[in-house]
Amino acid sequence: MSTRIPLPYSPKVLELFRNPRNAGSMEDATVKATTGSLACGDMIAMYLKIDDAKEVVLKASFESYGCAANIAAASILTEMVKGKTLHEAWNISWKEVSDELGGLPIIKYHCSILAVGALKRAIRKYYRHRGLRPGWLPEKPTKEELQAVEEEKFIERLYGRASEGKLDEGNRSRS
Amino acid sequence: MGSELEKIRGFLRAHGKPEREVYLDLENSGWVPPQVVEAMLPYFNKYGYGHPSITNRRGWEALEALIEAREYIAHSIGARPSELVFTHSGTEANNLAILGAATANKNKGRKILISAVEHYSVMLPANELANHGFKVVQIPVDSEGIVDLEMLASLVDEDTVLVSIQHVNHEIGSIQPLRSIVEIIRDKNKSTIIHTDAVDAYTKISLDVERLGVDLLSLSSHKILGPKGAGALYIREGTKINRILYGALSTQQYWPGVENVPAIVGFHKASHLALEFMEDHVRYMQSLRDKLLEGIIERVDKVLINGPTGNKRVADNVNVSFLYVEGEALTVELSLRGIYVSSGSACTSRILEPSHVLLAIGRKHEEAHGSILFKVSRYHKPSDIDYVLKQLPQAVRRLRFLSPLKT
Ligand SMILES: Cc1ncc(COP(=O)(O)O)c(C=O)c1O
Repeated sequence: MSTRIPLPYSPKVLELFRNPRNAGSMEDATVKATTGSLACGDMIAMYLKIDDAKEVVLKASFESYGCAANIAAASILTEMVKGKTLHEAWNISWKEVSDELGGLPIIKYHCSILAVGALKRAIRKYYRHRGLRPGWLPEKPTKEELQAVEEEKFIERLYGRASEGKLDEGNRSRS
Repeated sequence: MGSELEKIRGFLRAHGKPEREVYLDLENSGWVPPQVVEAMLPYFNKYGYGHPSITNRRGWEALEALIEAREYIAHSIGARPSELVFTHSGTEANNLAILGAATANKNKGRKILISAVEHYSVMLPANELANHGFKVVQIPVDSEGIVDLEMLASLVDEDTVLVSIQHVNHEIGSIQPLRSIVEIIRDKNKSTIIHTDAVDAYTKISLDVERLGVDLLSLSSHKILGPKGAGALYIREGTKINRILYGALSTQQYWPGVENVPAIVGFHKASHLALEFMEDHVRYMQSLRDKLLEGIIERVDKVLINGPTGNKRVADNVNVSFLYVEGEALTVELSLRGIYVSSGSACTSRILEPSHVLLAIGRKHEEAHGSILFKVSRYHKPSDIDYVLKQLPQAVRRLRFLSPLKT
């Protein structure tokens, strides 16, 4: 079909794909955030239950529309944040998520970036709703958040390009 | 983290070998039936393992096998043996056709037409020529993947040196009305060279280069349950074509290097097995195809059939988009259940864009991402399809459950 690349997933990715931990929505979530889009074929929703006094993640869950790596990345992140303060959770990098999964193939890095992006969005949203901004929370969006926005926009560009007129000569020829 | 090797070994251990396995990824490659393997084996170490253009017995034995294969395969498409060149793959045959014909005939014109749903081994060499003074235009297809004939007629002109339109689409199974296509082209420009990639048509519909009127036609061994490592290009006598690889010419004028004789012997045997009772095989594959297609529609909701139905669709092809499910995840889920298929999802591609074929028939990205391609063969049993129809709804349900896109 398309240009193929081998995807040597680690056993860990397969294990989490098979038996994802913390899958599904959360009725009593304090906050929920989503990254990615249907058109990208890549979407993660993060649910966090937060102890307001301690600013600690009590539990987390996820929903994922995406490839095996996407599901595994979202699932492992919900495990990694459990019991962490929001500050600690904020500091989890996409690389740590990838490492925790036994190292994602390079073209799947964006899956762990998307997962971390969803987490960061959720944390921001939580503080915004409370009208707070802790000193450690950067004003500017982080790399992961930018990447998520980038991916969401990417598809608009694709559609823009696809709708640029139906394959007339001028458009398609490359002389 | 371990080396790549440790990783893939660990992965395979974790995957395990499912009790029941149904291989339906015949688009990408397939097993080789025992009769084919048996035919090949002696050519590795008993006889005919020499070089077919060298004057010793082992070489002459190889030459004999090569001539037999060339005769059989050429005749099977209505060609003369002298018009058939063996390559090492379908990709090589398509590259030779596009690059070789365009560059040898550039005095005739600089415009190349290809369909929007060509295999990359046609599309990318054509695009490469666009960097070397040629102009490449893609002919759009309708929602069933059939080339727009009016558009084709309007695009062929004096400057059109080469048209390449595949006979059967590898992803969605559309059978192009190739004879009408050739007539339209000839009507506009007698000297345009016409190539067809028949890699996915061979052994599934009858091919006759005289009746079709094409100048170049590509075949591939591993797409017909032959071994990997052999392909062929039919070059109509009198068609000017440039070599694209340089080296010591063997028995062939257009492809240097030693022929892969064991693979060519396997290609010959695989063709023979498939063609001997082709009509029966085709009817049988059609029945499995329809059983699978109808079974999916019955058991799974929110699906789209990709490609035509009825006799515009090749006998072995089933391509379905499962909405709200990402195709790569579904291939992994099905693999764990012993069902081996592929997807046109972006996630299986290097460029992270979904299949250009699905986009060309007007599928949206999210529809293409959920596509799964199944190909049946004469070796599959109805019980294999029953097994798929039992597992598939469960697999789709599990992934839809994980999805935030609750339906
Ligand atoms: C239509 C079509 N053309 C060309 C090829 C390339 O053939 P090969 O894999 O032998 O290089 C394929 C392979 O899948 C194909 O389906």
